[in-house]
Amino acid sequence: MANLTGDIRDIIFDTLRSSLPNAVEISEQTHIVDDLGLDSVAVMDFVMEIEDRLDISVPLDKIAEVETLGDLIATVRSLKDSA
Amino acid sequence: MSLFDKFAPLAAQYSQLEHAGANPFNVSFDNVISPTEAMIKGRKTLLLGTNNYLGLTYDPAVIAKAVEATELYGTGTTGSRIANGNYTGHQRLERALADFYGRKHAMVFSTGYQANLGIISTLAGKNDHLLLDADSHASIYDGSRLGYAQVTRFRHNSPDDLANRLRRLAGEPGDKIIVVEGIYSMLGDTAPLREFAAVKREYGAYMIVDEAHSMGVLGETGRGLAEAAGVEADADFIVGTFSKSLAGVGGFCVSDMDGFDIMRVASRPYMFTASLPPGVIAATEEALHQMRIRPALRRQLTENAHQLYAGLAGLGFELGPEPSPVVSAVMPSPEAAFAFWAKLLEAGLYTNVSLPPATPKGMALLRSSVSAAHTPAQISHAIALFAQVGQELGLIQAASRPELASVK
Ligand SMILES: Cc1ncc(COP(=O)(O)O)c(C=O)c1O
Repeated sequence: MANLTGDIRDIIFDTLRSSLPNAVEISEQTHIVDDLGLDSVAVMDFVMEIEDRLDISVPLDKIAEVETLGDLIATVRSLKDSA
Repeated sequence: MSLFDKFAPLAAQYSQLEHAGANPFNVSFDNVISPTEAMIKGRKTLLLGTNNYLGLTYDPAVIAKAVEATELYGTGTTGSRIANGNYTGHQRLERALADFYGRKHAMVFSTGYQANLGIISTLAGKNDHLLLDADSHASIYDGSRLGYAQVTRFRHNSPDDLANRLRRLAGEPGDKIIVVEGIYSMLGDTAPLREFAAVKREYGAYMIVDEAHSMGVLGETGRGLAEAAGVEADADFIVGTFSKSLAGVGGFCVSDMDGFDIMRVASRPYMFTASLPPGVIAATEEALHQMRIRPALRRQLTENAHQLYAGLAGLGFELGPEPSPVVSAVMPSPEAAFAFWAKLLEAGLYTNVSLPPATPKGMALLRSSVSAAHTPAQISHAIALFAQVGQELGLIQAASRPELASVK
């Protein structure tokens, strides 16, 4: 697992693209609720897909702190590092 | 700028419904006639959207006990049991619940919502871990936010995903507490409780089962899914409500675990709110008694549930995975759900609309629930109205339409 940071971003972007109904421009600055219009449950469902792919669990309080995709990448990375 | 600006999108949706004159989230009953009928906008309406599973809201024995206790003990307790004193009725009801479940301990809360807040937030301490089914009721999510434990969500009804998450937590200190429901209130599906119990045992976790919608509905004696699945010994805590099968208001938790009573002075949602009025307590005790001595109610409820489920499935509606007193039809959009709901109401049938995020997977649901008090004729009538409106809205094929039955 050499370059996991890049991998994690790819995995998150990938998962997001395949779960959104329309193609949208996404970046690390994308705001998950405001820009993507996901509700609280949709965000948790989307995170669940990422959890499966990386074999981690993201606690709900950590999900609640996440605002942008960059935040999510950082959170997932730190959980993966400590796993 | 106003304090309420952040609600602008919600407010826009809400006022749109108000203007259309059909807002499922703001229905008024002019009068309620029976467990199955009410007057809405001057029109006699068949109720298919209550949680009155056993139809006990107008039971004469239940009403008589409520009246008697109100006259004897007054309308309210005016305070909490730890600060302002216990009433004998509350303690008697707790003994009756413990006896019904065959457990040592029972605690009564002022609502089912508060029972979940009180139990979940207190049982799971700072270093413990809560594992919640993804489709958990709001009260379970809120209870987990009120406490200090780490909260993990597992895929709905997936023992494998639960096992995966327990495995990831295996090295971590602290107790692991799993929370599942008997019947899920949105789609009426039941938990694979036997499989969850096996996972729970394998990882040495504890399990809370919320039987809000399954008490009085499932199990040989109506204790719920844990009884039906034969895993009561693995359900360390059963949480439930008085607001559905027991036709009142309030919540409870029963357990066999020694030391449980300390919750009375540790659980804030138990301590810092007034206890239920004596009339409600007495009515609940009687409703529990009626439920126990009249298993025929449960059989009738099951028959009614099967009739509605089979009827709507036969019309081509997409429903939850199994028949239960909660029967939800999946609508293509919230707009379709609102339109369907409004047309049914116009035709004299009251149902519920359920929308995300309260529903799983972004689904818009037209939710119905049956009661033991419904007659087969009432349910046939409801099915016929679903057929009529479903065709009008182009949601089902015309060929499957049965004749409109008349309601006696
Ligand atoms: C699963 C579940 N738990 C708890 C509750 C809360 O019950 P109550 O209405 O007594 O607050 C409900 C009902 O709304 C529920 O569906």
